[in-house]
Amino acid sequence: MMANVLEVTNPGPLATLQDLGRSGWMKYGVPPSGALDQEALAVANLLAGNPEGAPGIEITYGNFTARALAPLVAACAGAWAPIQVDGVPVLPWAAFSIASGQVVSIGAPAWGVRAYLALRGGIAAHPVMGSVSTYIRGALGGIDGRGRALRAGDLIATPDPPASANTAVVPAAGAAARAVAALAKRQAAFASAHSSAPTSAPAPASASAPAGRAISIRVVMGPQDDHFTDAGRRTFAGEEFTLTNKADRMGLRFEGPSIEHARGADIISDGMPPGAVQVPGDGVPIIMLADRQTTGGYPKIACVARVDLNLLAHLRPGDRIRFVPLSAQDAHEALKQEYAASRTPGRAFRIKIDGVEHVVTLFELE
Amino acid sequence: MNRHEDAPQFLWAGDGAVVIQFGNDISPLLASRVHRTAGALEDANLPWLTEVLPSYRSVLAEFDPRLISPTAALEALQDTVNAIGIPVQSGIDGGRAGKEDEDENAVVTIPVCYGGEFGPDLADVATHTGLSPEEVIALHSEPLYLVYMIGFTLGFPYLGGMNPRIATPRLATPRTVVPPGSVGIAGSQTGVYPSASPGGWRLIGRTPLPLADPSADPPCLLRAGTRIRFVPVDEPTYYAMGGDQ
Repeated sequence: MMANVLEVTNPGPLATLQDLGRSGWMKYGVPPSGALDQEALAVANLLAGNPEGAPGIEITYGNFTARALAPLVAACAGAWAPIQVDGVPVLPWAAFSIASGQVVSIGAPAWGVRAYLALRGGIAAHPVMGSVSTYIRGALGGIDGRGRALRAGDLIATPDPPASANTAVVPAAGAAARAVAALAKRQAAFASAHSSAPTSAPAPASASAPAGRAISIRVVMGPQDDHFTDAGRRTFAGEEFTLTNKADRMGLRFEGPSIEHARGADIISDGMPPGAVQVPGDGVPIIMLADRQTTGGYPKIACVARVDLNLLAHLRPGDRIRFVPLSAQDAHEALKQEYAASRTPGRAFRIKIDGVEHVVTLFELE
Repeated sequence: MNRHEDAPQFLWAGDGAVVIQFGNDISPLLASRVHRTAGALEDANLPWLTEVLPSYRSVLAEFDPRLISPTAALEALQDTVNAIGIPVQSGIDGGRAGKEDEDENAVVTIPVCYGGEFGPDLADVATHTGLSPEEVIALHSEPLYLVYMIGFTLGFPYLGGMNPRIATPRLATPRTVVPPGSVGIAGSQTGVYPSASPGGWRLIGRTPLPLADPSADPPCLLRAGTRIRFVPVDEPTYYAMGGDQ
C-alpha cells in the first residue's frame, strides 16, 4: 500500500532520489551511484526515524520546494541550507514536522552543496539492481526507474501509509551524536572555505573567485603514482588545486599547476576505484565520484581516503584543495577514529549555529 | 613488491580497494589470468568484498572498510590469488592460454544484419580499407572474439581479435544517438552498443539480440572472459529474431 505524501513543486538545479548505492555491478559497467555524502543521508534518515540506508532526496544547491500531501516527519542534513515550513525557519540537521498542505523549502546553502531530505517511512521507488539511486547517464534507478531527476509535479510516496496519527519526533538512538559529529566536521571544512555569499547555482571558477582557506583532502598514493615524475608527485602533494565548474556526480575537474607524467598520460584502461584522482595529459587532476565510468585510461596518481570521500560532495567551483597523502592503514585508522568519535557518548564537538559557536557534548540516556 | 616476473602486483587503490595487476599489455594470456582471478575471488564468497572488476590486465577488488582493515584485506586477497596457482611458467604462450580459455567458456553467437540502414558506415569502411562491403563482412564475422572487459555503459564489451585489415578511424563528428544493438568499428577495435548512446564508432551492422536488461540478473548477456562470434543474418531474419521491437 503506497500513499503519496509529498509533491515536488520546484526541484531546484538538481534533485534526485539516492540511497547508499548499488554494490557489485561494476563488472557489468554500472557504477555505484548513491548519495555523494553518505553520512549526511544516513544522519538525515536516523533523525527522521528511518534505517540509515533508506532512500532520500539529494538536493543540489538548494532552491527546492515541495508540498506535503499528508502529515510528515522529515529531517535534512548535509549542506547548511535554510529550511522553512510555510515560511517558518526550522533547524537543519534536526527532525521537524510538516502538516498536510504545508510547503517545505530548502534554500541556497551557506556552505556545502548537497542537502539530503529524508521522510519518515522512507521513499517508495522501484529498485534497479538493488538500489533506487538515480544514475542519470546510465538511465537507471530514480523516481521512474530510468534515471530521471525529480521535476515539478513529481509525487513522492512512502512505502507504507505515513504515520499520520503519530508525528512525534523520535530519532533513532545515537542519531544526535552522529549528526553533531558529522556537522562539526563539515563546518570545520567548509564554513570558512565558502566565504562567498550563498549562491543559487555553481559560480564559474575564475581568478576573481573569493579565496577561502584550502580544504585538506587525505589520499592514499597509487595505483599508478609510478607514472609520474618525482617533481609531479611533489606538485600533487605540495600545491593547491582549484575546482573548476566541471563538477557533477561523475567527477570534479580541477585547475592548477601541471602534474608531470613520467611516461605519457595513457594507461591500459582499468577499473576505477571510488575517489580515484586521475591525471589526463594536461596534468590537472580529476577526482572520480559515485557516477564515474567503471573503467578509465588515465593514470591514477592517488585515491581519496574513505574518511574524506563524503567531503567531496560539498566542494564548490572556486574552492581550493590540498591533497594530503597517508598510508592505506593510516587512512583506515583515521576512518575508525572518526567512526568511534561519532558514536562515543561524552565527546565534545564545536558547531556554529547562526554565527554563534557552541560546544556540544552528547550523552545517551539509558 | 614483485617477487617473480609473472607474479601479480598488488597495488593500493585507496584504503578500500586493491588492484591485482598481472602485466602491462593486452593479451589473451593476461586476460585468462585476470578472468580466472576474478572468478576465484567471486567464488571465495568473501563477505567484505564488495566489487570484483576485471579489466584488460588487472582486477580491481573493493572491500568494505567497516568489515576489514586494508592490511587484512590485502593478505586475504594475496592468499586467494596464490591458491589459484596462476601459471608462472613462461613456456605457456598466449595462443595456448587463449585456447584453454576458449574451452572453458561457451561461445555466444551474435547475429548481425550488416549494411543498409543498420550499418550506415559499411561503405565508408570498405572505401577506407580498399575492400568490398562483402569482404568487410566476411572478415568481421570470421574471428572468435574475446570480451576483455565490460565498461563504458551497462554491458558494453571491449573486444579483442578483430582483423587489422578492417581497422577504420572513428567518425570525425560523433553521432548524438547510436541505436541499441549497433555493431561498430573504432580504429582497431570493434564492439556492440547494448543501449542507445552517443558515439563515434563506424556502424557496420546491428544485432537483434538484447545485450542489456537492467531488470535481469545478470543484467547483461556478455561478461569479461566470454567469447563471441558475429554471424551475418539478412533483414527478414533480423526482424524475425525480434529486432527493433
